[in-house]
Amino acid sequence: MEKSQFQNPWFPYLLLLPQMGIIAVFFLWPAAEAIKSSFYLEDPFFGNATFVGLDNYRDALSASDYKRTAWFTAIFTVLVSVLSLALGLMLAVSADRVLRGQSTYKTLLMWVYAIAPPVAGLIGVMLFDQHIGPLVDFVAIFGWEMRVGVNYWDTGLAMIIVSTWKQVPYCFIFFLSGLQSIPTSVKEAAKVDCRSETRRFWSITFPLLAPTTFFLMILNITYAMFETFGTIDLIVKDQPGNSPVTLVYKVYRDGFRGNDLGGSSAQSVILMIIVLLLTIVQFRLIEKRVHYN
Amino acid sequence: MATTELDQTGTTTAARAKPAPSRKSFGGVRIYDHVVLWLGVFLMMGPLVVAFTTSSFDHVLIHRQGMQFGWGGQFAETYSTVLNQQGGFTGEVTGWLMTKNSFILGIGFAVGKIVISMLAAYAIVYFRFPFATAAFWIIFLTLLLPLEVRILPSYEVVQQLGLVNTYTGLIVPLIASATGTFFFRQFFKSIPNELLEAARIDGANAWRFLIDILVPLSKTMMAAIFIIMFVVGWNQYLWPTLMTTDETYFTLVRGIKQVMQSMIGADIPKYNEALAMAMLAMVPPVAIILIFQRMFIKGLVEQEK
Amino acid sequence: MTTLRIKNVKKVYPNGAEAVKGVSVDVEDGELVVFVGPSGCGKSTLLRMVAGLESVTEGEIELAGRVVNDLEPADRNIAMVFQNYALYPHMSVRKNLAYGLRNRKTPQNEIDARVNEAADLLQIAEFLDRKPSQLSGGQRQRVAMGRAIVRHPAIFLFDEPLSNLDAKLRNQMRLEIKKLQRRLETAAIYVTHDQVEAMTLADRIVVLNGGQIEQVGTPAEIYANPATTFVASFIGAPPMNMLEANVTGDALEIEGQSLPFPRSHRGPVRMGLRPERMQINGSDAGLNAEITVLEDLGATRLIHARLGNQEVVLSQDADLPVPSDGKISIAFRPDDVHLFDRDSGRRIDA
Repeated sequence: MEKSQFQNPWFPYLLLLPQMGIIAVFFLWPAAEAIKSSFYLEDPFFGNATFVGLDNYRDALSASDYKRTAWFTAIFTVLVSVLSLALGLMLAVSADRVLRGQSTYKTLLMWVYAIAPPVAGLIGVMLFDQHIGPLVDFVAIFGWEMRVGVNYWDTGLAMIIVSTWKQVPYCFIFFLSGLQSIPTSVKEAAKVDCRSETRRFWSITFPLLAPTTFFLMILNITYAMFETFGTIDLIVKDQPGNSPVTLVYKVYRDGFRGNDLGGSSAQSVILMIIVLLLTIVQFRLIEKRVHYN
Repeated sequence: MATTELDQTGTTTAARAKPAPSRKSFGGVRIYDHVVLWLGVFLMMGPLVVAFTTSSFDHVLIHRQGMQFGWGGQFAETYSTVLNQQGGFTGEVTGWLMTKNSFILGIGFAVGKIVISMLAAYAIVYFRFPFATAAFWIIFLTLLLPLEVRILPSYEVVQQLGLVNTYTGLIVPLIASATGTFFFRQFFKSIPNELLEAARIDGANAWRFLIDILVPLSKTMMAAIFIIMFVVGWNQYLWPTLMTTDETYFTLVRGIKQVMQSMIGADIPKYNEALAMAMLAMVPPVAIILIFQRMFIKGLVEQEK
Repeated sequence: MTTLRIKNVKKVYPNGAEAVKGVSVDVEDGELVVFVGPSGCGKSTLLRMVAGLESVTEGEIELAGRVVNDLEPADRNIAMVFQNYALYPHMSVRKNLAYGLRNRKTPQNEIDARVNEAADLLQIAEFLDRKPSQLSGGQRQRVAMGRAIVRHPAIFLFDEPLSNLDAKLRNQMRLEIKKLQRRLETAAIYVTHDQVEAMTLADRIVVLNGGQIEQVGTPAEIYANPATTFVASFIGAPPMNMLEANVTGDALEIEGQSLPFPRSHRGPVRMGLRPERMQINGSDAGLNAEITVLEDLGATRLIHARLGNQEVVLSQDADLPVPSDGKISIAFRPDDVHLFDRDSGRRIDA
């Protein structure tokens, strides 16, 4: 049956006006600007631009700096996404099984969610500091001289650890709620059919969590690519010399520090295309899920 | 009906659970779980605890001996310095001022987002008009454009509008993303249509239905979104960093960058004050999700649907 | 006087589906008319068009002497009770009842008077300050009715109001709805798919199928003279037996057996026989059949039997004996036989 709705010649437009106004001014306009200036070579802030076609894209994609950043972003994104997913799931499974103290565990484990990425970055900087960082002292026991901020991969590792640390609670919350929404009857039926708890997990529970896992995977990728900006900015101490950064950071740096408007815009557009692809994947998955139910 | 179901599951689990725990608790499974959870808690909370305890020590001592695990006794001095000391180039900005700005950003962001996304979702779900599908897709489009990827042109737009160093410029560009609208759209769609029909028979027009029925029904949802959005707004970093060059508009999270910059090149960086600042920047969002834990989780997982 | 006139009303959805294919019915003052039919027959759509919740594609709906096609539901002077009650969950019972009156700018003392009157009538006075979530299913049902009553409407519209209740409560509420409607002397349309509800409640029944009216009549008429095979098998429980038979003028031939049958119609027919109008005959003068299954329902017993290649069901008093060898002879009065055309399914009265 059709959903009954109101009909009014102007009221819905009025309701949409604030949302649409803000979108037009702060989304569509800047996005259009970004796309436009990605085709121009522009004298920053003076505006005498020359159309250069795809040159900015060619320059961006062929620069060794860009390739290196893209590689690091890929490694960073995959590791952060997979690690926080795995740790979140492991903790959620245990938290779902314990009867005593569940809510205390839950409270303590979700705390970190509310911490801002740069704050996490600052704490990370301290923990990995050459002079005062206990983690540097800890790995020194194993003969590893960790030099965050100096050594490329040491810095990258610190970024991955801090970013993962910040994202685990999020995965934990979703997995725990996913586990708790599996009907008791299904769990009981599985108990009757299968004795091994491990097998039961991989053959029943994990497949039932698949939608949550996909959902989190997408969100983790988005998180790792975009929201870790603050963490990275703090860890590279605002002065990314030889330190690894992500693509988003590079867009920011080239645009604001390097004043390379066209190159930065071209990179923005490339990122938009990546987000577009991610969204399409997400939609495909949602459609599939609708199909399941 | 709900009560009978509850009773049924209650009795079955009780009946089933009886023999099980005696085997399990000695069989090691529960011990494994507790070990995993304790490790998790250690890894999650450890850094925060160390950061907190260290912030109570003198910075010279930290510089010499590294981060501290005990209680340093400098707590009151350090935190009062951070809150009251007038820092920055102009000497006008204090911790209190940044806290105030953070609250303005967090609350303004959350309230603004709730209001505009609720109105937009209401239009899309409850009205039949030619533009409805187009509007939905335009809102959806914003998902493709996280602020971070269009940061430069966004900054230029705001600059052209003369909104740099204003609360409007700080908050408004952040609030129009699709998430809130989708959230409310989903919630409105779950409300039985008969409620709208009953209200129409009772003579409620579109505005009355929104105010008398939908808003009260959405209270829990609004509270949940408020909590999530407050945290998101409070934690904003990139945009405030660009938008506020005037220090009197700095938020605590923005201030973290300032702290970091002041540490670079210092002979003995003020580690204690930097960590105290970090603690202050995390207290309100952590407090709000812990106090409203249930509502926060409900709101968060609702996004998946 | 006629409260409601539905004149040749059609409903076609934008996707081309025809939900109601031209229906005309009148509801007289104080009359309770039941729309009954299987799901998808258009009964709810028809009711919702009367309420103004669906637009009318074609035809006219005239309520209390004026055409209401283009009026908002609130302006039609109707009241509706929904299947899931649709109570406002955040409002107390009192506010639920008063909401419509408040929107119509009814003076407060009038609102209070009407709410109290309805609450007394429905015995929900003690729940007035509770929220719907604190009420049982039956109590919610009463509140939903109360919300309809306070409006003093020209007509009540009930959309399967009892289907969310358990069987026992359903019987009780059915009776109460009927009493209440009699007492208020207000016309009502009641939509249901349950033929028992239709039979017990209705002054007149409208049987709908595929968006069209199959038959309109009092419960007794519809039971005694179903106009089509659809009505015949829809009304009555257990449903009427339908057997392929042949009428030859003075005899009825079925599965090679022949019984004297004085009707003027001749030719192949579909023959309807209600289970409760058949008996097991002591002699073998009736139709010979063989028992397949017995179902004891306490007071009555259902006897399933095979008659050649066809199945029949008899309903008889549980105390009456059943032959132990399973061979029975079925007897019935010729007047209880309904004849239908095999192709059109229409009743043959000749």
